[in-house]
Amino acid sequence: MSEVKLFGAWFSPYVRRVEMALNLKGVEYEYIEEDLKNKSPLFLEFNPITKLVPVLVHNGKPIFESSVILEYIDETWEGPSIFPKDPYERAMSRFWAKFVEDKCSEPLWKACWSAGEEREKAKKEAEEALKILENEIEGKKFFGGDKIGVVDYVGNVIAFWIPILQDVVGFHILTKDKFPNIWKWGDELCNDSFVKKNLPEKEKVSFALKRSFETGSLY
Amino acid sequence: MAASDVKVLGMWSCPYVNRAQLALSIKSTEYEFIEENTLQKSDKLLKYNPVHKKIPVLIHGDKSVCESCIIVEYIADAFATGPRILPSDAYDRALARFWTAYIDDKWYPLVKVLRQSDDEEERKSLVQKLSEGLILLEEAFIGCSKGMAYFGGDSIGYLDIILGSCLAWLRVTEKVVGVELMDPTKAPQLAKWAERLCSDDRVKAVFPSIDRLMELHELIQAFLKSSK
Repeated sequence: MSEVKLFGAWFSPYVRRVEMALNLKGVEYEYIEEDLKNKSPLFLEFNPITKLVPVLVHNGKPIFESSVILEYIDETWEGPSIFPKDPYERAMSRFWAKFVEDKCSEPLWKACWSAGEEREKAKKEAEEALKILENEIEGKKFFGGDKIGVVDYVGNVIAFWIPILQDVVGFHILTKDKFPNIWKWGDELCNDSFVKKNLPEKEKVSFALKRSFETGSLY
Repeated sequence: MAASDVKVLGMWSCPYVNRAQLALSIKSTEYEFIEENTLQKSDKLLKYNPVHKKIPVLIHGDKSVCESCIIVEYIADAFATGPRILPSDAYDRALARFWTAYIDDKWYPLVKVLRQSDDEEERKSLVQKLSEGLILLEEAFIGCSKGMAYFGGDSIGYLDIILGSCLAWLRVTEKVVGVELMDPTKAPQLAKWAERLCSDDRVKAVFPSIDRLMELHELIQAFLKSSK
């Protein structure tokens, strides 16, 4: 009987994707909500290095970084797969997951939070990457095929959080007009019955982002 | 698997390329090395890595794999010969992947910034950050090696390849800046590990010599100054 704890923050897409993975595998776990402005001593004991959520603790051993945690969950528990079994397909999944995270989500997020030259630079980067992603998702329901895979997990930021953030700040890069394939995929993902159960309420996220935008602090 | 079925597109001086080469060597897999000139990207590079247009690229039959960490994991998964590259225990694998992300995202990029920095204050700050990082990596080594020779245990593994590939440019940076970053008094286990790793024949055959890299560094600095 293994003991699993997850330290998280309700609004974090990185935490949500880990929860989704745990739920996919049917793993029982204790969820601990961390106040990121006032981190608990227990949390800091488990993660003195990055001090970020999510942190998965399995039988007393901590694991950090959502991408590392997803691999660990897939390797440790039976059930539906998150990563493909074939080595080449697995390499391709890792490649596209990194592309989505580093080249799409990050500049999109940055563009929304910044202004002036910095915003324009991030916008240009995001648009170039989104054009590539638009081609990649063409003709597919999900990046994982018929079922969601790790690229879809990592894509939760652009499918759910970014559209809300764009509305809050009034700056839109990822639109249905410019990127219809990505928009369609995002819709499918957020309306998928399993994924839906693992997303926070849209209004709550919108409110939290509005407040963050007004105060200039993410938490 | 014939050598012609496995190719590496890269440059001799690039640590990310060295990772792919060392992993193939550990798996006793022959390959053809195709030297790329990154100032003038070849048609092959643009064909096999159209997204990033960067080295290294591993070509295996008709498939291509990009990004050094993804390549090393692919080599670990796809080639059955030779010792394991990734640890057999899932938790140890998670640690190796976490430290790899730390090295590539937080620590190693500072080495290049330090080497190319002219600003005294900036240099001081970077030296401090890099030294603090090395102390963390010393602890990581103690935890991962469990008293054995390498991060991977008794044989060279994933994290040895990842951090090991950073050593050559780290040494060049130490010479250029005139500072000892890998201080054997502050990180004794890591310093011994570095010596041990670099004396392995397979590593010697792949990692570039410090002298050759110093010459390249001087060429790059001259080029950067002339284009300002």
